[in-house]
Amino acid sequence: MTALLELRGVDASYGATAVLRGVSLTVEDGGMVALLGANGAGKTTTLRAICNMDIQTRGEIRFAGQRIDGVATERIVRRGIGHVPEGRGTFLGMTVEDNLRLGAYLRRDHAKVGADVERVFGYFPVLRQRLQQQAGTLSGGEQQMLAIARALMSRPRLLLLDEPSFGLAPIIVQDIFKILRAINHEEKMAMLVVEQNARLALDLVHHVFLLETGRVVASGSPPQIAADESVQRAYLGV
Amino acid sequence: MTMQAFLHQVMAGLASGAIYAAVALALVMIFKATHQVNFAQGELAVFSTYVALSLIQRGLPYGAALAISLVVSFLAGVAIERVIMRPFKNAPEVTSVIVFIGLLVSINGLAGWKFTSSIQQFPSPFPDRAWYSSTYLSAHEAGTICVTLCVLGLVFAFFRFTRLGLAMRAAAENPRSSRLVGIRVGWMLALGWGLAAALGAVAGAMAAPSLGLEPNMMASVLLYAFAAALLGGIDNPWGAPIGGFLVGVFINLAGAYAVGEQLKLPLALAVIVGVLLFKPSGLFGRTIVVRV
Repeated sequence: MTALLELRGVDASYGATAVLRGVSLTVEDGGMVALLGANGAGKTTTLRAICNMDIQTRGEIRFAGQRIDGVATERIVRRGIGHVPEGRGTFLGMTVEDNLRLGAYLRRDHAKVGADVERVFGYFPVLRQRLQQQAGTLSGGEQQMLAIARALMSRPRLLLLDEPSFGLAPIIVQDIFKILRAINHEEKMAMLVVEQNARLALDLVHHVFLLETGRVVASGSPPQIAADESVQRAYLGV
Repeated sequence: MTMQAFLHQVMAGLASGAIYAAVALALVMIFKATHQVNFAQGELAVFSTYVALSLIQRGLPYGAALAISLVVSFLAGVAIERVIMRPFKNAPEVTSVIVFIGLLVSINGLAGWKFTSSIQQFPSPFPDRAWYSSTYLSAHEAGTICVTLCVLGLVFAFFRFTRLGLAMRAAAENPRSSRLVGIRVGWMLALGWGLAAALGAVAGAMAAPSLGLEPNMMASVLLYAFAAALLGGIDNPWGAPIGGFLVGVFINLAGAYAVGEQLKLPLALAVIVGVLLFKPSGLFGRTIVVRV
């Protein structure tokens, strides 16, 4: 497998506040990777650095072999990265349908967009019933589903997910993670998932990077990471 | 007071209201996208009208002159956003207000210098007589209302049904998420400015035949349009035009029957203050329902 996304020695800062220091990580094509760490470790910042969202970065970020560091967010997205940001980024004042149309904003193959709407309804049937509803009136779980659905509409090669479990009931989180696994499996879509809930994430992914105060301090397969004593103490509550 | 005179005042109010409606919508468009109030909206409209007039004086037919002035206004709006407003994107509110006022004064001065500051006549595209022998409306007033309604319809259809319109709404509501779906937010703001300037140009061309074209022609119109936009809810594009018609009729009736012609402008100010004090979201201010 080849690396789809590669960060090499990436520093990132908001103005004068340095957050990431020399972060290196890779996501293989079709791979499923988790970025774990405590609050403030720099997980969200890593995703923002990849998409160049209101942040200054140094170091190399490559997507599909090409440098994307310093490229404008909307151009990075165009190359095939879907980002479900912190707080979901839903267009709350618009209908579910408009949110999905926006997800497909860059698509030129308009005929296939309709089929893709059906495809995301396959994953998230509840959205079909909510189509004309204002997105802000959806429940938290439905909003998370809409956020993922919106990102899927652009047919990305890599999906970045920022805490998809945030604020949701455990049963809904299980649903969403099952669907993510299915999407990864069926569409070979690579995913980089930021999670606070380490136990959930370890079940989902093939590979884990562990962040602590802006540095990658460990990486490995889920069993390897789960076996690490410090990880057990800090994140798994063992 | 006869019923007829009263109806006449209502209709005349609707005709002026149509102009306030167009300017109010232009204000709301820029406000929604940037959370800034474009104090120079009126001066821009005046400048556009001068462009149309000078083309007419060079012998172009009215329609062509107006069309060219719309295009020029659109481009000027885009350019102003990209060149003048953009550098102050993250500046404090006070800075942007000062930039707007600077813009207002500059365009006003430029218009006076380029086109003379004495009042000039501007032709109406509509015949100079009553509308279908109506006793209430002149053809120009009826035409103004129709033109405004058509333009409003077009603007709403654009925002509702086109991909670009959707992207512009998205950029206004949530710039960060818009970038994440690939929308070039900066250009959407510039397009919004362009559309607002073109909308102002229509309003200017409709206002000029009755007000007389001079550099300060839109000053009072702008105040009424502020009142209209606030009354309708500065956040609500549907509210602005309704506010425009309401303010037009209300001010006209008050001017004719209550406070007198001289106090119409202070009355508009009173409407502004009243809305801000008692109903800051306006009559139709939309509150977005959010569940977490």
